Amino acid sequence: MIYRENGQFKTSYRADQQIFPILQDKLVILALVAFAFLAVPFLASEYSFRAILTPFLILSLAALGLNVLVGYCGQISLGTGAFMAIGAYGAYNFFVRVPGMPLIAALLLGGGCATVVGVLFGIPSLRIKGLYLAVATLAAQFFTDWAFLRIKWFTNDSSSGSVSVAGLNVLGMPIETPVQKYLFCLAFVCIFALLAKNLVRGNIGREWMAIRDMDVAAAVIGIRPVYAKLTAFAVSSFIVGVAGGLWAFVHLGSWEPAAFSVDRSFQLLFMVIIGGLGSIAGSFFGAAFIVLLPILLDALPAYFGIPIDTALASHLTFMIFGALIVFFLIVEPHGIARLWATGREKLRLWPFPH
Amino acid sequence: MGFFLETLFGGLMAGMLYSLIALGFVLIYKASGVFNFAQGAMVLFAALAMARFAEWFPKWFGFDNHWLAIGLAFAGAMLVMIAVAYIIERLVLSKLVNQEGITLLMATLGISYFMEGFGQTLFGSDIYKIDIGMPKDPIFVFDKVFEGGVLINKEDLYAALIAAALVVVLSIFFQKTATGRALRAVADDHQAAQSIGIPLNRIWVIVWSVAGFAALVAGMIWGSKLGVQFSLAQVALKALPVVILGGLTSVPGAIIGGLIIGVGEKLSEVYIGPMLGGGIEIWFAYVLALLVLLVRPQGLFGEKIIDRV
Repeated sequence: MIYRENGQFKTSYRADQQIFPILQDKLVILALVAFAFLAVPFLASEYSFRAILTPFLILSLAALGLNVLVGYCGQISLGTGAFMAIGAYGAYNFFVRVPGMPLIAALLLGGGCATVVGVLFGIPSLRIKGLYLAVATLAAQFFTDWAFLRIKWFTNDSSSGSVSVAGLNVLGMPIETPVQKYLFCLAFVCIFALLAKNLVRGNIGREWMAIRDMDVAAAVIGIRPVYAKLTAFAVSSFIVGVAGGLWAFVHLGSWEPAAFSVDRSFQLLFMVIIGGLGSIAGSFFGAAFIVLLPILLDALPAYFGIPIDTALASHLTFMIFGALIVFFLIVEPHGIARLWATGREKLRLWPFPH
Repeated sequence: MGFFLETLFGGLMAGMLYSLIALGFVLIYKASGVFNFAQGAMVLFAALAMARFAEWFPKWFGFDNHWLAIGLAFAGAMLVMIAVAYIIERLVLSKLVNQEGITLLMATLGISYFMEGFGQTLFGSDIYKIDIGMPKDPIFVFDKVFEGGVLINKEDLYAALIAAALVVVLSIFFQKTATGRALRAVADDHQAAQSIGIPLNRIWVIVWSVAGFAALVAGMIWGSKLGVQFSLAQVALKALPVVILGGLTSVPGAIIGGLIIGVGEKLSEVYIGPMLGGGIEIWFAYVLALLVLLVRPQGLFGEKIIDRV
């Protein structure tokens, strides 16, 4: 009734190929972005910025990057935490060692470092496939864990092994309060989501998807696997690296390599799979699900006034988290994005049966 | 020379233990095409069950015989693992037939979270001991051959022998029994096996139980060496490079891969480690596996991967 495209005629290719061909979609997304930029800073509490909104934004950015690699190009990676770490430590080194380095430039250069390493670790993907590749990417994970712990140069010879940044500002505006941090991350996420959306619906995105669906067939029709796979690794690790920089600089402030351990990689992979492989919106759904779930589970016993000791509570959280993930995979193996798409199809016909 | 041999033996024995865990991965992957990340959690779960049963049974049934308690605890833990296998097959695997590999992998990660939480809720989360009477004193061998001899930990030696025995038992089970043949048939081709009347569901329960058995033995040995605690679940991460180095589909590959990784880790830690600042064990195994995969993408003994359009 409300959601239908009748009467929206496209008279040029340009109009037909825009990101949101349906007017209602475009309006909803614009409204959502406007709401996030203009209304949320006045509505949400300081706690929710710190504990929910900023982590959600940064992790959705990382999930977005991982989705490019896993969802669009079909290369399973368990080393996302490593690329986040490289982004974070790369940005840190540029930020600390180069005097007067602007924050955004440092973050992007950190992403650049992650890109280089990502391409390096992407080279084996030309020969190693599937689950073998997944385990092989763990090499990147454990190697970076070790490198940032043991090689003192990366941490600027910090004695404790943890590093910190302070006095963040963009063009003279400080990034100090939770609201400023939130807006800063939001701007990054919007720009990168737009870039990623445009990449995956363009030439290169179609090459990635061809490789994902069947790489031999893709090679036969003239897609260069080397180029397609390595660009996917490059784009993915760049986005993940920038997300890592944001996570370290903006969310944590001071951090050590444990912030980017293998658990982080698994967590991001969960986001991508539960959200929906090969879907930009899915990355956001997955991040929201995985960020909110533990917080909800922690809050529930207190909410119902059930006294429960902390060790048991953490074990129960583990159990419920695991069970819910299995449940979700069984009910909708294609992720929340598929539920969303089904819902939209239904909405187009509503309230008529056909 | 003596020192080198000592490191080498140490590596071989550690490798035998890695093989034990890797075996669990390979068995399940061969029979059901599931890359079972929950193997580490299963090791923890089985070891916890056994450690606590050994404590509880004497109290419940009022007897005071250490060996009886250990034996009963082992049997009890095995029953628990069979139950786990049955529940996993019923509730998870049978619902996820025909899904992609990565979905199954994430499902086993979910299972592993669940089992880590459930195991510690049920059995407690302290450090427990399993005392299976392994001697702790080291022995010297080859002291006739050269001066000083080679120091070997007796405990490691027994552990390696138990592991080797388990491998032999499993090989016989796979080669000689009717069930073993059915398992191999399923591993080769699900549809063909089903069409000649092999019940897939039952086979999966059996293979997960066998993997549970391997997890129990691994958990018992690791547990008696290091104590049963949460970090036991992390040994799975040590077994992963073993699995891909040897080949996901090969039982001998898991054994030989384990030995290679065990030896490589120890030698690198001793001879290369000091140059790089130590602690390189964990990534060295992965990089070694990665290098081998670059030459043989299917691992040393895995089935050749053939791409068809």
